[in-house]
Amino acid sequence: MNAPEADIQQAIDDPRLQLAIYTATGRLMDHRAAVVSADALPDYQALRDVANTIKKHTIENLDHYLEQLESNLIAHGGRVVYCRTGQEAADFVLDLAKKRGAHMLVKSKSMTSEEIHFNERLEEHQLEAVETDLGEYILQLAHQRPYHIVAPALHLTRYDVADVFTKELGVPNEVAIEKQTKMARSVLRQKFLEAEIGVSGANFLIADSGAVVVVENEGNARLTTSAPKIHIAIAGIEKVIPRAQDLAVFLNLLGRSATGQPLTVYTSFLSGPRRENEIDGPDEFYLLLLDNGRTKLLADPEKRQSLYCIRCGACLNHCPVYRKIGGHNYPWVYSGPIGAIITPQFQGVHSDTWLPFASSLCGACAEVCPVKIEIPKLLLKLRAEVAEVKRKEDTDDIERFAFQFFAWVATHPKIYLLLASLGSIFFPLVPHLGPLKKWASQRTVPEPAKQSFHAWWASRTARQ
Amino acid sequence: MTAREQILDDVRKALRRAAGLPSPELPAPTLRIPLSDRNLYADLFVQKFENLGGKSFRVRNTSAVVPAIAELLVQKSAVASNSPFLRKCGITGLAQVHAGFTQRDDLKEACAAADIGITSVDYALSATGSFVLLSSPNEARLVSLLPPAHIAIFPRSRILANLDELLSILPRPADQTSSMVLITGPSRTADIEQILVRGVHGPGEIYAVIVDEE
Repeated sequence: MNAPEADIQQAIDDPRLQLAIYTATGRLMDHRAAVVSADALPDYQALRDVANTIKKHTIENLDHYLEQLESNLIAHGGRVVYCRTGQEAADFVLDLAKKRGAHMLVKSKSMTSEEIHFNERLEEHQLEAVETDLGEYILQLAHQRPYHIVAPALHLTRYDVADVFTKELGVPNEVAIEKQTKMARSVLRQKFLEAEIGVSGANFLIADSGAVVVVENEGNARLTTSAPKIHIAIAGIEKVIPRAQDLAVFLNLLGRSATGQPLTVYTSFLSGPRRENEIDGPDEFYLLLLDNGRTKLLADPEKRQSLYCIRCGACLNHCPVYRKIGGHNYPWVYSGPIGAIITPQFQGVHSDTWLPFASSLCGACAEVCPVKIEIPKLLLKLRAEVAEVKRKEDTDDIERFAFQFFAWVATHPKIYLLLASLGSIFFPLVPHLGPLKKWASQRTVPEPAKQSFHAWWASRTARQ
Repeated sequence: MTAREQILDDVRKALRRAAGLPSPELPAPTLRIPLSDRNLYADLFVQKFENLGGKSFRVRNTSAVVPAIAELLVQKSAVASNSPFLRKCGITGLAQVHAGFTQRDDLKEACAAADIGITSVDYALSATGSFVLLSSPNEARLVSLLPPAHIAIFPRSRILANLDELLSILPRPADQTSSMVLITGPSRTADIEQILVRGVHGPGEIYAVIVDEE
């Protein structure tokens, strides 16, 4: 798929949208900076190293930890369902809903469920899935996909929200954010009390405990996992970490990197249905472990680090490309730098794969990544893979010819010198020539030295 | 081949690992527990908790609890958890407080209608101003969740340093409960224009009553 250039241009030309993205990501950057500073968290860098070590270890021994997670969760009365694809996950939920006579389910925020178009799959079979995170609820009403991993409705203003609510809920046009929030609360409260099934995502899966950890600020995930009689958690297989005690590292990093909170408001540590003597909580508990392409990513020892991601969104906020083009111009639900490296790996590298090239390789993403994924390095690796596909497909003759020509010139010194001297004469024309015109319009074009290195060296040797 | 077998098989193939292979040892977890004076934990907790938008009360003993929060309960209905500490503080005896629920549906209905949920806590974390609640016959999940306000009443001795200390005491929380929740401040959202709004789904008002004596 080629880059949607017209849509990107439209986003860049929309001053209201640019301001919304710039302000929101800027705030998230400031909030993060305040809580990872040397004063606020002196061993922040050491924590990143530990987090990277634990993720690396877990991913390299993933089968062991999945089996440990599974047996511990079963011991606590839960059920583990492995799903190769999104369709298998949806089919399981549809089948369970049918067996239990459920007509509606509530959902808390889950990028994994977005990834597999979970709601659409259920709605095809008349099973209503209601998003309950405020941002996700607004987007569901507006029929849009998330704009950002942690701030899904980042691109909408209160006026947009007012219009969506009026159109979809039939309420009076209300632009006060506090009142809009109350409206959503009262509609969704009813859904929580009526829903037979609650579907959540998972931020971490704990192998040594058989537990699912969900972090959030609103309380909708607690309601989703506690009010209905059935709780289903959907998670990618890469979400597992070995021990509950490792949370001391990961929780410390996740909230800080995402929203600048040392801890998010609610951290739920959930394991199985309610125990015999507990008063409330679900009667049934299922963990859907999703592959959906993840095992493909594991094979490459270097690229498998893409699976360390804890979905904090810091790389999006700090990315100069994301901040200009916004979240909807990325081809998949995962946007920003992390989307740029995982989308081609999940969907396959093709000759028109453009995401790895949509980067200046400035490195800001790698610098803020709490688990130290080497995003720029992986972007380069993917660029090489795209070039390899093109070479095999013979699809880019001009580029191939250019490089073959360069290789020939570079291995013939006399011709190289001749072209270099011609180059310095014609250089002033460069900014006005076709393909370089755009490039030069945004930059100061460097001036060639009056004398080339070769000429200088020759004159220096002659003098001695 | 079942989905389970296939996924585990694909994982092993990608990693070039044989089935049933154990994992090499991981270094011991790093838990960083500051060595500070335990008497200062309550002060630090109060500071962090109030920064988050909570309101706290410090009282000397259990008999001072009801007078301290009397004003909050005026004209309000409340549901209390089955925590023995609340009974000791005289909360469960108050006219406007419903308590003693043992059935899920009754509890859910009561919590959905109440103005205030009153619980104790299993632990509190001073570094972050958090409550820690383990689901049990004493503490249900919904009391601290459905009503628009939450009051937690607990002895000072339950305040720990931080999350790391909690995890050193409870290395495997799932052995004890189906649900452990850390509550750090009132329910909040910033989903519309990054403007902070409290009380979107969970309680927008939270109170801590710290009792010096057990």
